[in-house]
This record gives sequence, C-alpha cells and structure tokens, in this order.
Amino acid sequence: MAEQVVYARSKGLKDVETHYCPGCHHGIIHKLIAEVLVEMDLLDRAVGISPVGCAVLAYDYFNCDFVQAAHGRAPAVATGIKRTRPDLLVFAYQGDGDLASIGAAEIVHATMRGEKHTTIFINNAIYGMTGGQMAPTTLIGQKSTTSPSGRSQAQHGLPIRIAEMLSTLDGMAYAERVCVADIPNLLKAKKAIKKAFSLQQQGIGHTFVEFLSTCPTNWGMTPVAAGEWLKSDMAQYYPLGVKKDVEAAK
Amino acid sequence: MQKELWKGNEAIAEAAVRAGCRAYFGYPITPQNEIPEYMSHRMPEAGGAFVQAESEIAAINMVYGAAAAGVRAMTSSSSPGISLKQEGISYLIGAQLPAVIVNMMRGGPGLGTIQPGQADYIQATRSPGHGDGHMIVLAPSSIQEAADLMADAFDLADRYRTPVMVLADGMIGQMMEPIEWKQREGKPPAEKPWAVTGREGDGKTHVITSLRLKSDSNEAFVLSLAEKYRQIEAAETRFEEVNCQGADVLIAAFGTTARIALSAARKLEKEGVKAGLFRPVTVWPYPYGALRRLAEQESVKAVLTVEMNLGQMLYDVRLAVMDRKPVYFYGRTGGMVPEPAHIADRVREILAEVKKNG
Repeated sequence: MAEQVVYARSKGLKDVETHYCPGCHHGIIHKLIAEVLVEMDLLDRAVGISPVGCAVLAYDYFNCDFVQAAHGRAPAVATGIKRTRPDLLVFAYQGDGDLASIGAAEIVHATMRGEKHTTIFINNAIYGMTGGQMAPTTLIGQKSTTSPSGRSQAQHGLPIRIAEMLSTLDGMAYAERVCVADIPNLLKAKKAIKKAFSLQQQGIGHTFVEFLSTCPTNWGMTPVAAGEWLKSDMAQYYPLGVKKDVEAAK
Repeated sequence: MQKELWKGNEAIAEAAVRAGCRAYFGYPITPQNEIPEYMSHRMPEAGGAFVQAESEIAAINMVYGAAAAGVRAMTSSSSPGISLKQEGISYLIGAQLPAVIVNMMRGGPGLGTIQPGQADYIQATRSPGHGDGHMIVLAPSSIQEAADLMADAFDLADRYRTPVMVLADGMIGQMMEPIEWKQREGKPPAEKPWAVTGREGDGKTHVITSLRLKSDSNEAFVLSLAEKYRQIEAAETRFEEVNCQGADVLIAAFGTTARIALSAARKLEKEGVKAGLFRPVTVWPYPYGALRRLAEQESVKAVLTVEMNLGQMLYDVRLAVMDRKPVYFYGRTGGMVPEPAHIADRVREILAEVKKNG
C-alpha cells in the first residue's frame, strides 16, 4: 500500500531539533510562522530578526534569512532593513524582556513611525533564558527568582499590556493578542500571522501579533498545567483578541 | 577644479552620499546637527533612506539592519551620543558588518561642553564597545580631508567588513573651508553575497549574528578578527609628516590639533628651531613604525604629543618611541583649544630641559 503523507515538517523550518524546553510554545509559534511564510509564498524574500532571549537561535530553525539583534533593538534593526529593502518581508521576533523592558523605546517609536514590518511578540511573563527573573509582564503574585514572594504592585507596579498600549498609536495598523494553548486558539493565531503579513505587504503600517506563551521550566509547572495557567490567569489579565485593525475600522 | 565653500558637517554628509551611502540614521546632538539636517533632504533625493531615530542606540541599530541588508549605511553623533552607540559598534564588529560612524568630538566627561575635544581617542582606538574588537579610525584635520576620507571610509568598511569611524572634532564640523570635489567616488562592491536579501535559488539562507555560543568557536572567530586586523595594519596605516627629516623635535598630533601644532612649528622655524609634525591619519591602526623611525633620527632630541585631552594618543606615541627619546605632552581639555604660542613655549622648555639633562 502506498504511503500517504498527512503531516510533514514545514519547508519553512530547517530539519533540526530545537533547544526549547518541553511544553514551551516557541516551537509551535515558529511552526505557524513558517507555515504562513510557505503558504503565502514569502519564504524566499523573508528576513526574520531574532532577539536576545530564548529565541536568539531562531535563525537555526527558520529556513529563511535572519539577523540577530542586540537586546531590545530588533525594531530598530527591522527598520534599517525594511527602509532600505522594502521588497523584503520583515518580521521581528521578540520576547517580553526584550520588547517590553530593555527595548520599550524602540518598539514604541517603530510603532509610532508606522514601520512597515511585523512584530511577533512572545509574552511568557518571565525572563526565560537567564533563569526565571521577573519581567515587566510578570503577573501580580507570580513568583520569580527576583520576586521570590511574588510580584507586588507596591514595589514593581502592575504588569504592562503591550498590545493595548501600542494600539493607542496611530502608526499601528493591526494588533492582536493570541495564544496556541489549544487548537481553536492555534488556528486563530495562524490567521493573525497571515493577516499581519498580508497587511505588511500592503504597506499600511506596523503590524503586531502578541502571543501569550508558556515557560513551564521557570514557572515550575508541568507543560499541561502551564497551558492551563496561561488560559486561566494570563488570559484574564491579558485578554485575547484584536486590539487594533485599521482595515475593519474603514 | 573649482573650489566651493562648505561647512564641515555638510561636506561630510555630501561626501557620504557621493561615496554611495544610501542609508542615514541619526539623532540630534551638537556639534554635528548639520549632518542629519542635510541628510534629511539629500538622502531621499539620492534614493536612500533617512530616519531620525528615537535615540543614538536606535540609530546605530538601524545602521546594523541596513548594513545587514547590504546597503552602505552610516550614522553620526558627538561624544555623549557615541558612548550610547558603543553597544551597537561592538555588535557590528561581532557580526562583521560594514558601516561608517562619524564622531564630531566635544569636551567631556558627562554632558561636558559643546566646544571641541579629542577625549574619545582611547574609546575609539582601543576596544570600541565590549569584547575584543577594533574598528578602523580615520582622523581628518581639514574639511577637504574629511570629505576625501568619506569615500575611503565606506570602501574600507566594505573591503574588511568592519565598522569605520571618522574621528573629528567640533571645529571640523562647524568650520567652513574651501574644498574641491575630487573625481574619486566610493566603489561599492558589486555584490555582498553574505547580505540578507532573501534566500538564494538553492534555498541557501543568510544569517547575520555575533553569537557564537561555544567558546572554542568564538575564540576561533576572534582570532580570525585578529588576522584581519594584522592585514589592515599592514595595508591601511596612513600618516602625514611635515619637516620631520632632520628635525630637532617631533610634534605628534592628530586632527585639528595637528594644524595648530603646524602653526607652532612654523613660528619655531623662524627662531631656528626645527620642529617636525607627525600626524597620524589612521589613529587605528596607528603608524607606530613610521613614528619610531622618525624618532630614531640622531637629530631628534624629544617628541612632544599635543592633544585636546589629558594625554590619550600619548600612550600610542610612547609605544612607538619607547625609551629611544624622551616623550612629552602638552594638552588643553574640557573644550579648550591649544594655542600655537603655548605649544611653541612648551617646545622651547623641552629643548632646554633635554639640553640640561645632557
């Protein structure tokens, strides 16, 4: 009987194993981006920008051109690429320490200028690669290695809702918060990436997809419990859904 | 060719465009503001990209992106802003990206003053940013030379895949001088096969990174940089010498200070004191050999280093001269400019001291 292929690795990914921990959502999100690049026939002119953080090695996994950026500076690097090579499909892939903390100025101004690249923002409410320190996105009460008794509002303020904040800027064309914790959400997430890339090609403004993501290792949870906590606790503070869509507003 | 009157900052910006620069990213800071101002209209006219960045940090990282995409890119700033660019310069070195950075130095430290200075010499020539790297550093002493060096800066950056700094001071930026536009324009390479411009036909991807997690491979990379630096030292070291042959005393100075030192030397010549001027054009790589050979002449009694700082190039002069001849220093700092009369006084003093010591 002839074999029938019902599922295969995306051609948008290299045939290698990732270094991501069990239960981490980076790998799934990589796969979705790769699938969209292939389905939209963009792989040959895509350039990704990898951050400092767990996804620093994204260039080893994606089967397209990549530039590794200094911590938080991916929006500036993407600006330099897209402004000089507008024919390229440019996406910056950044974590929450990278984007919401050290790179807060760069993402705000790239959005303000309406830079015509796409930001994929991975919010897992913690610093992953450095070993679980508190991020600007860490939830109140959430324990981390630099908030061992849980984040307190008095000491650290309330966590920052990046997608909402950036959506107040006129340069933002499209912003949606998604997750891949279950299949219906995963399918929505893929649609969001597709929409962002499609709007980028139309050159309307900045496009932004925020992923709520897991970090079972630094959260001290099993992969299953981490997925549940994302949906119960994270999604409560960071509501999923479209935050800005200039197309729909027309 | 006809001479035209140009302000230094604008001449540098125009020279960059003529050298094939097609991306400029900058942030306002005195005394270099005419560069972003000029680029804001000239760059779009030339079909290039201009962005006024939110910070010097963002500007250097935009340069990093444009350079990664294979475009001739530059930024400019002045001392406090150059401090902010150190991280980005280190990444440019680590990722082997060609780029040009102009530093119109002013007096420091801290916010300091907007008057000219040369106190970023060590920052520029030792190890810019963190890590074990260098960049080529060109030090013009006139607006003509600054304009001429822009094409060289971009060509050197591309030839060696390295950042190049044009290290000038506020006087170069703010003065107007007659200059001649030379025929020589920049020669951008036909192609940059390493640049991120999309996958090639065979699906081969390009990656620009400075991350080499395994220490042995990172060491091998740094050693390959060292080899590149040896080639640069051998092929690209430049200097100017004026009346150094048979001189009684050598004055070593770079940039505008060298012009002031030359006025002092002419003053001394009238008194029968032969003072030669040694002016490095590349302050990294430093022309150690040339200075050493000149200092070894029997006629030379001493070497005087003159700078607008507390004695930074002085270290290089000492490395060149070693203990062959006594090395002295005269400098003004914090935004003050040395005067020819004071340099001449210092030379007389030194010659008297050398004579006394036999």
